[in-house]
Amino acid sequence: MKNKPLNKRDLSISTILYRIFTFLGIALTILVIVSIIGYILITGIPNLSADIFAWEYNSDNGSMMPAIINTVIVVLLSLIVAVPLGVGSAVYLCEYAKTGNPLVKVVRLTTETLSGIPSIVYGLFGSLFFVRFCGFGLSIISGALTLAIMILPIIMRTTEEALLMVPIGYKEGSYGLGAGKLRTVSKIIIPSAMPGILSGILLGTGRIVGETVALLFTAGSVAAIAADITKSGRTLSVHMYALSNEGLHIPKAQATAVVLLVIVVLLNGLSAVVAGKLTKSKDKESK
Amino acid sequence: MKSYKEQIWQTLFLIAACASIAAVALICIFLFTNGSKAIGEIGLWKFLTGTTWRPGNDIYGILPMIVGSILVTFGAIVVGVPVGVLAAVFMAKFCPKSIHRFLKPLISLLAGIPSVVFGFFGLSLLVPLMGDLTGSNGKNILTASILLGMMILPTIIEVSESSMRAVPESYYEGARALGATHERTTYTVMLPAARSGVMAGIVLGIGRAIGETLAVIWVAGNQPRMPKGLLKGIRTLTANIVLEMGYAADLHRDALIATGVVLFVFILIINLTFSAIKRRMQV
Repeated sequence: MKNKPLNKRDLSISTILYRIFTFLGIALTILVIVSIIGYILITGIPNLSADIFAWEYNSDNGSMMPAIINTVIVVLLSLIVAVPLGVGSAVYLCEYAKTGNPLVKVVRLTTETLSGIPSIVYGLFGSLFFVRFCGFGLSIISGALTLAIMILPIIMRTTEEALLMVPIGYKEGSYGLGAGKLRTVSKIIIPSAMPGILSGILLGTGRIVGETVALLFTAGSVAAIAADITKSGRTLSVHMYALSNEGLHIPKAQATAVVLLVIVVLLNGLSAVVAGKLTKSKDKESK
Repeated sequence: MKSYKEQIWQTLFLIAACASIAAVALICIFLFTNGSKAIGEIGLWKFLTGTTWRPGNDIYGILPMIVGSILVTFGAIVVGVPVGVLAAVFMAKFCPKSIHRFLKPLISLLAGIPSVVFGFFGLSLLVPLMGDLTGSNGKNILTASILLGMMILPTIIEVSESSMRAVPESYYEGARALGATHERTTYTVMLPAARSGVMAGIVLGIGRAIGETLAVIWVAGNQPRMPKGLLKGIRTLTANIVLEMGYAADLHRDALIATGVVLFVFILIINLTFSAIKRRMQV
C-alpha cells in the first residue's frame, strides 16, 4: 500500500524522474548479473566434455580433475586450522570475555583488518612466511595455511552471530541444572549455534574455492594431484587462471569457469539456506 | 572454584581469540621488514614518486602504478556507486516482497562470483566489446573501471540496503504525513538518513576495487607508465606484483614486495576509515 502514491495527482515530474532512475539502477544491476552468468554458461556448457574430467592432466585434455582433488585437499586443510581457531575465538569473545575487556576491542579490530586485506597481500605474506621463513616451499600446506588466515574472520563472524542468537534461557536453564561453564558451552551453546557455524564453514569453503592469487604464490600451479601436502599443486581457480593466461585452452577455461561458478554458487546458496534455518528457529523461539 | 578442566579450556579459547591478533602482527612484521629492504636501497621518495619502472636497468619508480590503482578505483566508484545506490533504494523501498525474495539471492550470487571468473568475463567479452566501440585494443582504464564497477556493485547494494532499512519508520511516516510522495520521502529523507551506511558501503567497495588483481590484469593493459588517457592502458599496484613476481630476483623481487607494502598501507587506511564510519553509525 505504501508503495503507491495516495492518488494520481501525486505523479509530478519529480516523482516520475525518481522512479525512472530507481528502475534504471535495478535494471542495470540485473543486466550485469544476467550477462555474466549467461555468458559463462552459454560459452562454457558446450565445452563440458568427458575428457576434461580425466584423472591425468596433459596439455591435450586440459583435465581439471587433478585441480578438483587439490582443491578438496586445500579446503580440508584450511578448515582444520581455521575452524577450531575461529569457533574458539568466537566462544571466548561471546561467552568468556567480560564486557569492556580491552582484548575484545583489539580482536575485533584485527579481525576487521584481516577481512579487508586483499588476496594478493595474503599471497605475498604466505610466500614470505610459510614458503620461505617456515621453509614449507611452494606447497599445498603453505597455501592451506595462508587461506586459513584468510577465512578466519568469516568463521569468527558467522559463529559469533550464531552464538549471540542462542536464547539466554538455554544458558540459564543449563546453569540452573548445575552445569558448569564449560559443560554449558560445549553441550548447550555450541550445539544450538551449529547451523551458524556450518554456514560460516560453507562460506569459507566458497571463498577458498574461488581464491586464486593467494594460492599462486604459496601453493604454486603444478598441474597434477599433489602426492603429499609438501608438494605444489594447483586448485581449480588457479587451473582456470593458468588456462586463460596461457591463452591456448580457451574452451577448457570456459568449461572450468562453469564448474567453478556452479560450485561456488552452490556453496554460497547452501550457506544462506543453513543460516536461514537458524533465524527461523530463533523466530519460533521468540513466539 | 573452577576445576582444572575449566581453566584449561578457558585458556585454549583465549589462545584462539589471540589468533587473529597474531596473524595481523605476523603479516605486518613480514611485509614491512621485507619491503623496507628495497625501499632502503632505492630511497622512499624515489620509490614512491619515480615515474619510470624499468627493472632491467634497476630503475624502480611506482608512481605510475599508484596513480593507476587510484584511477581504476575511482572509475569503479563512478560506475558502481550510482547504479548500486539506486538499486539499493529499489530493494529497500520500491520492491514488492515477492520480487525481493528473488532478487536478493541473485545479488549475493554476484557477490560470490570468484574474481578469476570475473576477469575471464572481462577478458573475453568486455575487452573485445570495448575494442569495437572505441577502435582500440580494448584494454584500458575505462574497461577496467567498468569491470571493477560491476564487481563492487553487490557490496554497495547490500550495505546501502541494510542501512536504509535501519532508518526508523517514523522518519518515513513523518514525511508522508507532511504530504511528501513515497518517492520524494525515499530520496530526500530516507536516503540522507542512511548516508553513513551508504558511505561505509562505498569505502568497502574502494577496498575491494583497489585490492583486486585478476579482474584488472586482463583488462587494464598493464603498461607501467603514467596514464595518458581514459582509453589508454595502465598498470595497477596489484598487477605489478602478479605480473613480475614469477621471475623476479634480488632487488627486483624486493621492490615488488615493497609495492605490496604500499598497497597494504592503502588498505590499512581504507580499513581504518571504514571502522571510523561504522563506529559513528553506532553512536
